[in-house]
Amino acid sequence: MKFFVSILLIALLSVAACLYLPWWTIAIVAFIVAALIPQKPALSFSTGFISLFLLWGVVAWIVSSNNNHLLAHKISFLILKLDSPYLLIAVTAFIGALVAGFGALAGSYLRKN
Amino acid sequence: MKILPLIISSAITAGLVVALNTRLLLPAPLGKLLSPQHGIWQNAENSNANFSEGLKFPKLKGKVEVYLDDRLVPHVFAENENDIYFVQGFLHAKFRLWQMELQTHAAAGRASEIVGSVALMHDREFRRLGMVYAAELSLKQMESDPVTKLSCDGYTAGVNAYIATLSESTLPLEYKLIGYKPENWTNLKIALFLKNMSENLAGGEDDFEMTNARSFFSKEDFAKLYPLTQDSLDPIIPKGTIYSKASIPLQMPADVDSVYFENQSVVVTEEEKPDPNNGSNNWAVAGSKTKSGAPILCNDLHLGLNLPSLWFEMQLTTPNYNAYGATFPGAPGIIIGYNDSIAWGVTNGGRDVRDYYEIKFKDNTRQEYWYDSSWNQTAFRYEEIIVKDSLPYYDTVAYTVFGPVMYDKSFSGGRAANSRYFAVRWKAHDNSNELKAFLMLDRAKNYQDYLGAVKYMKTPGQNFAFAAKSGDIAMRTQGEWPAKWKGQGDFIMPGTDSRYLWQGMIPFDETPFQYNPERGFVSSANQNPADSSYPYYLGRGYPLYRGVIINRKLKEMSNITPGDMMTLQTNNHNVFAEMAMPVFFKNIKENELNGSEKKYFDILKSWDVNNAPDSKGATVFAVLWDCFNEVIYDDEFKAAPEVIMHPYESNLLEGVLKDSAYQFVDNISTPAKETLADAVTTALKRAIVKLDKVEKNQRLDWAKYKGTGVNHLTKLAALSRLNLPVGGGTHCINAAKSNHGPSWRMIVSLTPKTEAYSVYPGGQSGNPGSQFYDNFIDKWAAGEYYPLWVMARGEEKDKRVKATISFNKM
Repeated sequence: MKFFVSILLIALLSVAACLYLPWWTIAIVAFIVAALIPQKPALSFSTGFISLFLLWGVVAWIVSSNNNHLLAHKISFLILKLDSPYLLIAVTAFIGALVAGFGALAGSYLRKN
Repeated sequence: MKILPLIISSAITAGLVVALNTRLLLPAPLGKLLSPQHGIWQNAENSNANFSEGLKFPKLKGKVEVYLDDRLVPHVFAENENDIYFVQGFLHAKFRLWQMELQTHAAAGRASEIVGSVALMHDREFRRLGMVYAAELSLKQMESDPVTKLSCDGYTAGVNAYIATLSESTLPLEYKLIGYKPENWTNLKIALFLKNMSENLAGGEDDFEMTNARSFFSKEDFAKLYPLTQDSLDPIIPKGTIYSKASIPLQMPADVDSVYFENQSVVVTEEEKPDPNNGSNNWAVAGSKTKSGAPILCNDLHLGLNLPSLWFEMQLTTPNYNAYGATFPGAPGIIIGYNDSIAWGVTNGGRDVRDYYEIKFKDNTRQEYWYDSSWNQTAFRYEEIIVKDSLPYYDTVAYTVFGPVMYDKSFSGGRAANSRYFAVRWKAHDNSNELKAFLMLDRAKNYQDYLGAVKYMKTPGQNFAFAAKSGDIAMRTQGEWPAKWKGQGDFIMPGTDSRYLWQGMIPFDETPFQYNPERGFVSSANQNPADSSYPYYLGRGYPLYRGVIINRKLKEMSNITPGDMMTLQTNNHNVFAEMAMPVFFKNIKENELNGSEKKYFDILKSWDVNNAPDSKGATVFAVLWDCFNEVIYDDEFKAAPEVIMHPYESNLLEGVLKDSAYQFVDNISTPAKETLADAVTTALKRAIVKLDKVEKNQRLDWAKYKGTGVNHLTKLAALSRLNLPVGGGTHCINAAKSNHGPSWRMIVSLTPKTEAYSVYPGGQSGNPGSQFYDNFIDKWAAGEYYPLWVMARGEEKDKRVKATISFNKM
């Protein structure tokens, strides 16, 4: 239960924070949520990781689909040197996941005895 | 609390954030760029995006309605004039802000602020050319005129109103990729934008190259290599036109031969130059030649092909006028187009309005220079160039009676060190208000209004084609042109003597022009404006061949429809090749050719001199001509200075057409006396080696060999459209080269209800994440057009209207 609540909470708060604040506040959000809802470090990491992987992955996928992947074709070629919108979406998801995962991991150690 | 794991995991998190938010570790801040709420995903425009909105601004005086059609062309209806320019500025910024800022930064010599020290040479060159100095002078003029002041103020306020709406998320893509933010727009930027066009169109000259050519070659060789006349010339104003005597008496200085024409000095200066291909076609035919009986005006402008495009299509309607056409994101008004009464289009005048003078300073401080037998005080302009990721660069530029000293010990433009001082006298430094010409054309109703408008066009001088519903057609080779004595400004002139200054400007009344000519059409294609009976010196280097084919076709045509004009504008006939091929056929030693040489020669023989996209003959001809050019001239130029003028293609062609014993045919590096037949055969053998490689890469088709593409302004391939299946080329009416060509094609038939067509290689949106970014390109490449819709009030419900933006007073 805690696990899913954490995932949901990190996702919701990340969306809210990013309306006004820089993108990296997802790390702070994950840190706080992990500190408030104590779980084993590995589980906390997973909540942050899964939460942002899904959030950024799904949002990027929806945005890109609505755009017929027009921009994703160009940017993936530019950044990844590969014309692959889905790879760009995966990289997006992974970056968010990694940062939030480590944020949550750090948060979990704040409460861990 | 577990201190150590906490510290380690926090540090990893912080490290990740830093790595993904900056360019310290990665080439791009990937976290910032890919965050769906901040980065590039925000620029991925929904394919069903609706641009409708309601906006309120305190600067507006009344209501403005904008109807965006299915091609994203805004049809703007304003209750008053100030408001329409506000909205034009707002829309330009909404769709094209990044390019507007980049182009005006580059014009001001501020590119280093954005891209770093790679642009420092460019920035110094432009500062020293006095681009900002020129823009400031022009701005004064623009702001002292109530019409242009009102339009600029409104426009600038509109751009800034849009910039104020931007947040990190909504920034244009390029700002995110490069990592900076837009600054506020100003009226000076409008002036800079227009000066940039002056640099593009009136910044070209070959004074240093010609100076060295003069010093290197004998007088006789020089005259043959760089002749002043062109045999095949069909001037803009036809041969045989009677011109009155020059009203400005021109005096060649008495010492002109010894200090100027026969001066033997060599220079090492290398300039950054505008693309010599910048040019255009325009023509207008009278009703007597059209099917409808109404005049038709056509214009296509050959400029660098970029994404986002230089052009943005708009309709501007106020109670006073109703104009449609191509606008410059960066300036108010319609630049090329038509209104309810008239249509106009331009091609570049291309005369030499930029000359150099060698300055003699008293000493290294450059405080005083010798001029007319006394020491004169220099003025200084201090330039601070801000360089991204580096210290600012300071440059001190000396200003003389001629203009800024562009090249000196500290800056030679090129690789070699220069110890001499060269000041530039550039027409674009003179007071002028070209914007007014376009704003008046937008409102013009007849020939008189057209005359009143174009007189404001001083630099860059343009050939203005005109047609009216009344049936009038006209062409003026307009501009404020320096009146020069023969040869003035071809080489660097002495800067110590006022007799070498330009002695006046050619009066408006002495501009070559045509008004309702008997032949029923007017045309221009950057060729020499007049034949040698024109009493002022016109210089050399005008492109020759497009004018020949356009006039030949227009003469033949009758009962013309807009469809015929589309065929003409996209015509790929290579008239240069048509004239050059007989030289090859007559002289080649066919019996000396082996199998593979014969194969290519046969391709050439069966070629119809049409540069079609799939034509192999066009490629063989292009490669062969290049080799022929090398075979003829390489020996003469072997020992020449690095900076030197090379003869124009037309010089070589006319040279061998006139005289098969053309002097330069002989290879002076060999004891033997080569003939034209030897040269042509050697050229073919050389060409075969190159052609074999081309064929191996499967690029023998002309379009593949030429590789026409539309580059994003950053040259990033991912944002560009390359290798388009496009024919044509340098000497064709369809002047599509590799990254250069017809940047706006327009056909306007002035029937009672105007029938107009256009297309440009781009799209209305500057956002690479929009479907409107490059959606015109395929149509352009295929030589097709869009019918233009001049929307009328009452058509708001038309199915072409896809969105409405309402602007209201706050």
